[in-house]
Amino acid sequence: MKICIIDTGSANLNSVNQAIKRLGVNPEISNNLEELSSADKLILPGVGSAVSVMNGVKKYNLRDFILNTKKPLLGICLGMQIQAIDSEEVPLGSTENVEMTLGIVKGHVHKLQTCGLTLPHMGWNTVKHTDHPLFDGIKQDAFFYFDHSFALDIGDFTIGECEYGEKFTAASGHHNFLGVQFHPEKSGAVGTTLLSNFIHNFEESE
Amino acid sequence: MLARRIIPCLDVRDGVVVKGVQFRNHEVMGSIIDLAKRYADEGADELVFYDITASSDGRRVDKSWVAKVAEVINIPFAVAGGIKSVEDAQTILAYGADKISINSPALADPELITRLSDKFGVQCVVVGIDTFYDKEKDDYFVKQYTGDVSRTVTTSWRTLDWVLEVQKRGAGEITLNMMNQDGMRKGYDLEQLKKVREICKVPLIASGGAGTMEHFCEAFDIAGADGALAASVFHKGLIHIPELKDYLKSKGVCIRD
Repeated sequence: MKICIIDTGSANLNSVNQAIKRLGVNPEISNNLEELSSADKLILPGVGSAVSVMNGVKKYNLRDFILNTKKPLLGICLGMQIQAIDSEEVPLGSTENVEMTLGIVKGHVHKLQTCGLTLPHMGWNTVKHTDHPLFDGIKQDAFFYFDHSFALDIGDFTIGECEYGEKFTAASGHHNFLGVQFHPEKSGAVGTTLLSNFIHNFEESE
Repeated sequence: MLARRIIPCLDVRDGVVVKGVQFRNHEVMGSIIDLAKRYADEGADELVFYDITASSDGRRVDKSWVAKVAEVINIPFAVAGGIKSVEDAQTILAYGADKISINSPALADPELITRLSDKFGVQCVVVGIDTFYDKEKDDYFVKQYTGDVSRTVTTSWRTLDWVLEVQKRGAGEITLNMMNQDGMRKGYDLEQLKKVREICKVPLIASGGAGTMEHFCEAFDIAGADGALAASVFHKGLIHIPELKDYLKSKGVCIRD
């Protein structure tokens, strides 16, 4: 099996890379369209901000490739958020209210309404899931590691839900597009199970 | 519910883990990779690696061990010590660290906090504060260059003012290192921790003084810390993480399974 980690130019890809390696698969890290097209599965990590990841998507002409791929794709953190229609996470002083993102799932990314709880939402929190195959063997209310201030609305694409001041999408699924707000590569044994599910449970969609 | 975090801190010097009492007299505790793996396997929620020589010597330290850590552990970890620029931080994050923690360089150049959080996001940027209780003035003050006793200075910053300042500048988390307690194992300074908690709107990590399991419970229950950091009690095997987590759960603290 060939797994490609899509490199949008954001810094921290090594953690995801190492996590996949620990599962016995040597992933390729690339933003080359030919290379990415030959992958069986794609992982889209993201660190930084929605704008910085979208800039990477544009710079390497990844937009059309991602939108048209039929391969199972797992977005992590911002890699999930940019699958939404748009994001409220814009740079300070920007004249735009939102950054337009890929529009794969019909939801919006908004700043977490935490009712006075500290931001960022950082640490281990529980996830309720819909028994989607991505969560095979993972019990309800298992702890995953989160580290973010913006979150995707709940929608019909929501396959995992977390609560921190408000309920938000912790995991999304739409056709071959999957996404997780938490960091499975940093979520101990539970995260390893989820990544293993992604590697073993999904096939190219029709 | 968001779990409270148990965070072993590994003070690193010349590629090995060391620990001193009140920041002095360091003794070797073991290899970085072995200890990191052991703590991750035992259920630590996060690790902090603190290169205690880096800031004081003014030199750039080889941080390639960070990549080795990322290879073997599957929990988040932060690296502190000697990070003076966006480039330093970039290197460490590229090696696979989740957060960088800055302390003395933030005091020397407070704008650095903003540059880091603009570039990498606030969730990556931890500010460590070495705070000291001054009996005469009956107030808390920030110390700088604590890695080297001969260079340590008390800054003009009141701790509470500095806590507000670093949040304004983009700190995503604060580690409060209460120096009077460090290595004494007599408990965290709960009074101070509570005062800081009141004005700290980002996650707050208590550090310095943990000696018993009750001390961890107090930091969470009485002072409202998001995480509790400790070193010697873990390194010396005085407290075992699985027992600590069971104990905290029995006290009703939300702890990761």
